[in-house]
Amino acid sequence: MKKALLNFFSRIEPDKSKRLLHTAYDAFFTFAFTPNHVTKDGVHVRDGMDLKRLMVFVVLALQLSYVMGTYNIGHQHFVALGQYLGFWEGFHLKLSYGLVKLLPMYVVSMVVGLGIEFYFASKKGHAVEEGYLVTGALIPLIMPPDLPLWILSVAIIFAVIIGKEAFGGTGMNVVNIALLARVFVFFAYPGTISGDEVWVAGLTKAGAGGVADYGWFTMHVLNPLFSAFGWAGFDPTAAVVDGYTGATPLALAAKGGWEAVSQVYTPSQMFWGAIPGSAGETGKPFIILGALMLALTGVASWRIMLSMVLGMSFMGLLFNAWGFNAFMQIPWYYHFSMGSFLFAMAFMATDPVTAASTNRGKWIYGFLIGVIGMIVRVMNPAYPEGWMLAILFLNVFAPLIDYFVLQGNIKKRLKYAQ
Amino acid sequence: MKQKQLLKTNLVLALALLAQSAYAHGSGGGATLHYLLMALATLVLLVLVVRLVDGGPSKSGNGPAYTGGGKVVKLTKGFDISLKGAAQGSISHQPVTHFALEPAQFIGMSPIPKLLVQEEDTVKAGDLLFFDKKRPEIKYAAPVSGQVIEVRRGAKRAIDAVVILADKEMVYRSLDVVDPEKATREELVAFLLESGVWPMIRQRPYNVVANPEVTPRDIYISTFDTAPLAPDLNVVLDGKEAAFQKGLDVLAKLTSGKVHLGLDANGKKAPAAVYTEAKGVEKVWFSGPHPAGNVGVQIHNTQPVANGGVVWTLGVQDVATLGALFTEGRFNASRVVAVAGPEIEKPCYVQTYIGANMGDLVKGNLDEDDARLISGDVLSGTKVSPKSFLGFYDDQVTAVEEGDDFDLFGWLVPEKSRPTVSRTYLSYFTPKRKFKIDTNTRGERRAFVVTGQYEDVLPMNIYPQHAIKAVINGDYENMEGLGLKEMVEEDIALCEFACTSKQPLQQLLREGLDLMQSEE
Repeated sequence: MKKALLNFFSRIEPDKSKRLLHTAYDAFFTFAFTPNHVTKDGVHVRDGMDLKRLMVFVVLALQLSYVMGTYNIGHQHFVALGQYLGFWEGFHLKLSYGLVKLLPMYVVSMVVGLGIEFYFASKKGHAVEEGYLVTGALIPLIMPPDLPLWILSVAIIFAVIIGKEAFGGTGMNVVNIALLARVFVFFAYPGTISGDEVWVAGLTKAGAGGVADYGWFTMHVLNPLFSAFGWAGFDPTAAVVDGYTGATPLALAAKGGWEAVSQVYTPSQMFWGAIPGSAGETGKPFIILGALMLALTGVASWRIMLSMVLGMSFMGLLFNAWGFNAFMQIPWYYHFSMGSFLFAMAFMATDPVTAASTNRGKWIYGFLIGVIGMIVRVMNPAYPEGWMLAILFLNVFAPLIDYFVLQGNIKKRLKYAQ
Repeated sequence: MKQKQLLKTNLVLALALLAQSAYAHGSGGGATLHYLLMALATLVLLVLVVRLVDGGPSKSGNGPAYTGGGKVVKLTKGFDISLKGAAQGSISHQPVTHFALEPAQFIGMSPIPKLLVQEEDTVKAGDLLFFDKKRPEIKYAAPVSGQVIEVRRGAKRAIDAVVILADKEMVYRSLDVVDPEKATREELVAFLLESGVWPMIRQRPYNVVANPEVTPRDIYISTFDTAPLAPDLNVVLDGKEAAFQKGLDVLAKLTSGKVHLGLDANGKKAPAAVYTEAKGVEKVWFSGPHPAGNVGVQIHNTQPVANGGVVWTLGVQDVATLGALFTEGRFNASRVVAVAGPEIEKPCYVQTYIGANMGDLVKGNLDEDDARLISGDVLSGTKVSPKSFLGFYDDQVTAVEEGDDFDLFGWLVPEKSRPTVSRTYLSYFTPKRKFKIDTNTRGERRAFVVTGQYEDVLPMNIYPQHAIKAVINGDYENMEGLGLKEMVEEDIALCEFACTSKQPLQQLLREGLDLMQSEE
């Protein structure tokens, strides 16, 4: 089997002069096979861990969030229409609807992002580096499900070219690329990413008078398929229920504190993820499982995760002590289940390239993200979520934190007795 | 001590704050205080955890009973690579006929040293072979007696090796031995330089042959080797105990400080008496995984070398050879070498001399003909062909399989298990199992991505990734400030093993060290 595959690859190998084609070929070949290179000039044996494995483990940790997020896109859509309110009701509809929304985003993300990476790798004459495997998997999980694919593409092109390739490719970026893509959409197309209704998919309006908004694929492929099985289909005339606003818990908290939130959602709902939000951030247990997997296998830094939790708790407690408005009075432990704190902690803040690189620095870095993220969340009048901005801010400051840690090390060395 | 007290006060403070907040629960002003105290408790908790986890690379403590209450430095970072084919049993004799000194292995040696012999000359063991024109006082001597059958030349007439066909019975050059009790330091140094033993003394930083004009701050000797498949240094000095002690006595006279012996507190039994009962030396016990046995790590964790300072290091068999100059009056370059590795049929200890021919050493013992032969260990040894020779400073030969095979989805589900520092592999959880290993790179070279990985396997207060990045950037100040000089190849070799991005760290380290040495 291995010989047959090797044979196949050697037959389709394009000429080295066709750079782009050969780079693409090389990317797929090294995906299938660990190269047969042996060590020289240095250590004779190497550990089995390499960048591909590292990236794939992060993607694996995301899979539970993907499944939950796909289901939840469908679930929120139907909750808005007042249909299939139970977990198992209309399961096939919810899952397929979520896939219809999420899968195209994933495909576009990978094709556009990897396409740019392939192009730059062939230009520079080196192998395609694996950084985009994770970024591309993260991007659909943080974008609104109804985001037009062309906006997604523009955001990815911006983030990969200006955020990563301009600095030298994988391992050289200053800021987190997935967050850069999201912040691009946030500032360039704010209507698509802020407001109460963007987090529920497929409605003409998330308020009175809105109806379900289905596309061609749902009506003409899925509906006939489901009716062939005798299952329920999508109803294009379904209307949004009275009083529905599509507000996320944070949006409600910003307006009226914990009372406003608890009128619409229970803490259990918020924890398990039956709330509007981006695909990745809502299902907290799945994120926690993914975070545990990454921390236990040593793929992500547990220092950053723990210090971020402590920083967030610290700031939450300070706000509770101050208690100036209803938002500040929300008990600090409820902030974990609202918004995207856990997702940002597990997958965004722990990106080793953009975080602080010294162990001491990581504690300071994580703590400050927790503190500043909470400040932005609670005190920002325009947008009640702070992790994207806090992480990008600290990404820029991480080299400064490292600088001071290293200076401490240098000064300690100067004090050695002669 | 101070650290423990600090931790205790922190813990008490945190508990007090939490207890206080549990009582001060109420509304209005009481609630504010409650939350403020809890916020403070969060901060204290953070500081506590940081101190506990990232306190430093070593802790002082008590060791096993045989340390007799001596100071034990417990090194927590590092990793033991557990391989098949460790040398065992009693010391055997392997018929080796060819020996050589290879000038290129001495760092900084000119490519064409000045030869003192020619082909077809007869030499005695201890006769001088060559010296470096840049440092003419340091002489290099023949390890065995016999006939110089070849002066192997390489590119641009560089001298690759001076090869000697050994006699069956060794004949030794007669030496004018000085009495170490009565001689001055200058006379001792001059004698050592003339005898050919001097190159065995290396200095830190840079790990070059020691400069005879500089008096070192201290001399350090590590009496245990934690490298993969390294020989057990408790058995290699069999019969040479008196020479070893004499060597220590002589070395004590050459330094303004002390001779330090690094002793092994890892084992269940005490190390050999020749080390535990050595006289006139400072003994420090070390425990922990590799690289606890590296002398550079031991220096760093006792008294690091300040910028501009110089210390000397020797191997235990080198000390015995130095002592034999005085106890036997001759240049006794015999060595006990571990022939080990997964590709060796019967791993064993071999009694031979410095510079033994590699093909002869492993003859009849090699499982595969195309195995990689390494003079030294798999981490920092040199790849050699059977025609080449055992390194001057090496006391082991390792044979591993060449890994020049493709592995289908090898980065996800590799065909064979190997020792690993990564918890993504099941083999991490069976560290005592003995593995076979091959030389496949397991991935391609990438930019630095993972951080904190090198610090996990280096028990020194150094940030290796930043020091190496300073080398790549040519940033001299940061190279020096971050402690590049405190490391040599064998210290960073384990970081290179663990490196996810497959960077050539030892090469980069030597580039940085060369730059710093040239600027001095």
